[in-house]
Amino acid sequence: MKYLLALAARSAWNRKLTLGLTLMSIALSVALLLGVERVRQDAQESFAQSVSGTDLVVGARTSPVQLMLYAVFHIGEATNNIHWKTYQDLAAQPAVAWSIPISLGDSHHGFPVLGTTPDYFEHFHYGEAQPLAFTQGQPFAGLFDAVLGAEAAEHLGYKLGDRITLSHGMGDIGLAEHADKPFTVVGILARTGTPVDRTVHVSLEAIEAIHLDWQGGAKIPGITIPAEYAGKFNLTPREVTAVLVGLKSRAAVFRMQRYVNDYSMEPLLAVLPGVALDQLWQVVGVAERALLAVSGMVVAVGLCGLIAVILASLNERRRELAILRSVGARPRDVFLLLSAEGLFITLCGTLLGMILLTASSAMLAPFIQSHYGLLIEPKFISADELGLLGIVMGVSLLASLAPGYGAYRLSLADGLTPRI
Amino acid sequence: MSVVKIENLLFRWSAQSRACLDIPALEVRAGEHIFLYGPSGSGKSTLLGLLGGVLVPEQGTLALLDHQLTAMSSAARDRLRADHIGFLFQQFNLIPYLSVLDNVLLSCRFSSRRRERAIASGNTLHEEAQRLLDHLDIAAELQHRPVTQLSVGQQQRVAAARALIGRPEIVIADEPTSALDAERQTAFLDLLSRECITAGATLLFVSHDRRLSAGFDREIALPAINRALTEKEAA
Ligand SMILES: Nc1ncnc2c1ncn2[C@@H]1O[C@H](COP(=O)(O)OP(=O)(O)OP(=O)(O)O)[C@@H](O)[C@H]1O
Ligand SMILES: [Mg+2]
Repeated sequence: MKYLLALAARSAWNRKLTLGLTLMSIALSVALLLGVERVRQDAQESFAQSVSGTDLVVGARTSPVQLMLYAVFHIGEATNNIHWKTYQDLAAQPAVAWSIPISLGDSHHGFPVLGTTPDYFEHFHYGEAQPLAFTQGQPFAGLFDAVLGAEAAEHLGYKLGDRITLSHGMGDIGLAEHADKPFTVVGILARTGTPVDRTVHVSLEAIEAIHLDWQGGAKIPGITIPAEYAGKFNLTPREVTAVLVGLKSRAAVFRMQRYVNDYSMEPLLAVLPGVALDQLWQVVGVAERALLAVSGMVVAVGLCGLIAVILASLNERRRELAILRSVGARPRDVFLLLSAEGLFITLCGTLLGMILLTASSAMLAPFIQSHYGLLIEPKFISADELGLLGIVMGVSLLASLAPGYGAYRLSLADGLTPRI
Repeated sequence: MSVVKIENLLFRWSAQSRACLDIPALEVRAGEHIFLYGPSGSGKSTLLGLLGGVLVPEQGTLALLDHQLTAMSSAARDRLRADHIGFLFQQFNLIPYLSVLDNVLLSCRFSSRRRERAIASGNTLHEEAQRLLDHLDIAAELQHRPVTQLSVGQQQRVAAARALIGRPEIVIADEPTSALDAERQTAFLDLLSRECITAGATLLFVSHDRRLSAGFDREIALPAINRALTEKEAA
């Protein structure tokens, strides 16, 4: 047995060029498979951690996925808003520890603008309950102060003190500008890998102020209220888009959710962000699963190539098998000899693939972190990946039986004198 | 003791085909050097496959060193072959990716009996393999070359060393000289029979060339003992 394996290794070494190439293709395909799986895992994780510590997200009645899309990811627009009075009602509930009203609808060069209160910087958490951190500056204090997410600042090249103007509506081109009321950058947030990075934060009052002389999405002709007078108006918001709610005790979450959903003054929806994020992932995760399926197929192609190469070598090796038979090898030894080869190559290929992946992810980690906010942890292998590798090895074991069986049949038919 | 004893043996390659071998009786005694000849296609190699326990007769009995092959499992026959028979073929006798020495030692890898007998003289396995190679005129510097760089004659002598190591009772050679020129044929034959005598092995030498029969104890013409062939001619 041990000698047979040594023999299999020597024989494989003798054909190192062809087998080396197939080994390489298996290594690359395994690296691809694991890489896709790893990115998928990390993406899902960072997706699931877009918001944390928030017990409920409340908005006007719509679908939970829709609400998450605009309230957390700032994608799309809310069809309806919530009245300020309603917000005040919610905030006053005894179970509520904190609440952050948010107001969406404007943008800056395609980056969404979020109107909120300074509480946002204290209570909004992401990841594993990490608070927002400032790389420069501090939360907004003045009426026309803005705080930029890391990506927005980096992409647009802003620094503290820069003046920016907001556009009315979401999108990038053809939008009306709130050019008469410029904002000053007073803070830049550290990178989070969440939608916060792409967001421009201003106060709720500022949102109110820039729309003083607007109505129904357009400037009221003939009326212009200069920025310096804006502060003299009552800037209490009339409406907000959504509310992030933190409770004193998690136990109250379903009671509070029911309270919101049954709210009589206007139709509302409260969702548990964890549950809704999972639902949302079911939708966007399809692409990732398809990617995983494709890389699984790449591995299958690699294994097919391997088996084809071994089967092709079988005919040239009939002589060798007959010699082994003549010195006493049993047909099942011949079977083992050929099966071991496929398994051996897959094993080496898989190991090499893991090394390739670990090395390349270690090298690329800083780049990915800074460009996509995805933190690639320098782990060697996780339980899920081990499961995938187990499947790869299982399939290769089954596939390797084919050349083994071929050799077995051949050596029985050939006896000691193969006809070539 | 008879080394080979055949009675009423019948073999065909497949159920549909005609008999390939039909041998009423054949006996080979210990220490004999037999020259088995017959034209191409007369079933010489097939007979050797039966003796090696790789093929199984349809009828009759076939005993090797008093072991009834027909009554044994295939694994037991494989074992018997490994322990007691050294095989030598026409050409391409060596495994290309093994060294000369490893090719010789291959016989000992599959049989502990051959391994024990090889070191019984007090030599290590390697020394024993080297001793045989020396006897068969394979110079020491050749022993470290890849086998693919050896001439056909040299390859055959390495294969002979493999057949002889561990002193098997029977050495079966299936036209081992047909790829050699006439001069080397006789030289190789002399060497082989000399080593068989030293090892005390029975030699079963197969050829279609009767000119090589000189020096053997006995000649057996396969067509004369194989009824399958006479029937074919009659038909
Ligand atoms: N593996 C096989 N399958 C089917 N028929 C076979 C097989 N091997 C040999 N035969 C047939 O058996 C008969 C005897 O063949 P065998 O090889 O034993 O002859 P031989 O005497 O050794 O010939 P040669 O001198 O050419 O080696 C032939 O008719 C051949 O076609
Ligand atoms: Mg033959």
